[in-house]
Amino acid sequence: MKTILLPFLNFSESASGRVVPPSGFTAQLTVITAAAMAFLAVFALALSMATGRLADRWGTELARGSTVRISAPADQIEAQTAAALKVLETTPGVSEARLLTAEEETALLEPWFGPDLPLDTLSLPVLIDVQETSDGFDAEGLRLRLAGEAPGAVLDDHTRWRRPLVRAAERLRLLGVVSLLLIAGVTGGMITLAANAALAATAQVIRTLRLVGATDRFIASAFVRRFTFRGFSGAAIGTFFGMIAIAILPSADEAGGFLTGLGFSGIQWVWPLLIPVLAALVAFVATRVAATQTLRRLM
Amino acid sequence: MIEFHDAGYGYGGRELLTEMSLTLAPGSFHFLTGPSGAGKTTFLKLCYRELQATAGRVSIFGEDTRQMGRDEVAELRRRIGVVHQDCQFLDHLNVVENVALPLSVSGRERDDRDLDDLLNWVGLSDQAKARPPELSGGERQRVALARAVIMSPEIILADEPTGNVDWDMSLRLLQLLIELNRMGKTVLIATHDLHLIRQAKAQVQARVLRISNRRIQQSGADL
Repeated sequence: MKTILLPFLNFSESASGRVVPPSGFTAQLTVITAAAMAFLAVFALALSMATGRLADRWGTELARGSTVRISAPADQIEAQTAAALKVLETTPGVSEARLLTAEEETALLEPWFGPDLPLDTLSLPVLIDVQETSDGFDAEGLRLRLAGEAPGAVLDDHTRWRRPLVRAAERLRLLGVVSLLLIAGVTGGMITLAANAALAATAQVIRTLRLVGATDRFIASAFVRRFTFRGFSGAAIGTFFGMIAIAILPSADEAGGFLTGLGFSGIQWVWPLLIPVLAALVAFVATRVAATQTLRRLM
Repeated sequence: MIEFHDAGYGYGGRELLTEMSLTLAPGSFHFLTGPSGAGKTTFLKLCYRELQATAGRVSIFGEDTRQMGRDEVAELRRRIGVVHQDCQFLDHLNVVENVALPLSVSGRERDDRDLDDLLNWVGLSDQAKARPPELSGGERQRVALARAVIMSPEIILADEPTGNVDWDMSLRLLQLLIELNRMGKTVLIATHDLHLIRQAKAQVQARVLRISNRRIQQSGADL
């Protein structure tokens, strides 16, 4: 750990940084806290992005697709199907209306009934896949027209079941963002406590520095620099391990579930790299505030 | 250089020093004496604005200390070298780094040759890399003196600089302070050691300030 941190710690040991005595416990506490919080932040970010992708997919792909289901007596099914297709072809906002083949229906039912489904022995409704244009169609108007031309046709535009799913995904994304904010807040709080402890423990150092003409700005920046680099280095370590943990999660292709889709895709892998920078920013602000207040108190 | 105008200092409703009016002129050499607890350290702290007068006015380099902001106080202390009895070092830094501390905090470049000369002047060239806890009382006092003069301050204030050292070392420290005074620095030494004051008599024109009954009394004659 010390080897990994050394470049960062040395970088922070400038002329002003060296006046602050090395404080073992607070240094370790800051680095470990920042590392743990960054590790959690990577997961919160991954959750937020995964649910964001889901919400987008459900919100766009499903919004474009609808189904017309035709259940009618055997002697009317063909006529009603033709009538429904004709209605759909002349409906504004419908880009494509296509009768599902027997193979496609089998594929749809396979997860529930298995691969050897005897489709011809079952009384299944006819399904028409409807694709919308970007403008969409008037669902109520289409329902009325279908009721008139093909009474056995029922339009299912997925809205009823899609909306709660999209809403759930969006809330999960929001939860991820809130988690990130909480993590940033807790990190800031911990660093403030550590900085306050370090400042209180070095009251004698502060007195000596003032005696030889150090301004409060100089003293504060010595502490701020040190804690900023501790925050940054800890967060860099936590982010590194967090990204490895995300990378080795089973992929969505293998298991096909929602949770296994947790992770980053493509350019999204850049986002976690911002976590150490943000941690450094949080540490900078937290220590600056703590140092300014403490120095004002220490006359 | 330092002027007290009917100045006083009180704390917690108790008056520690009162009705002090005096001037420390540039290039002067003063001893401040009085019994333990008389207020010598408090007086020195008023001289470098560690404390602020609660009555009257104290001016340093012509500026009223009551009007000074924090940054101005910091600037002021770069022009005053202070030697404490307990020295006040940063124990994690070595002797050279402690001596150079005033340069670091004021953002000035460190000249290693000047530092070597300074450590040589106080007789601590061999201890340059030692840390303060490894030094004897006399060595610590000399490091504190080196730190006090590195910025070439106009005033040197020393609070019982010989309090923890033997007689030979006391004389050596006194000699260094006298040399500084001959270079034009204003020197004020707080001490209760009358032998030291007498020893200075032959070498420098010094005046004695005595704190008695919360007031400063200036002795009329030079020692």
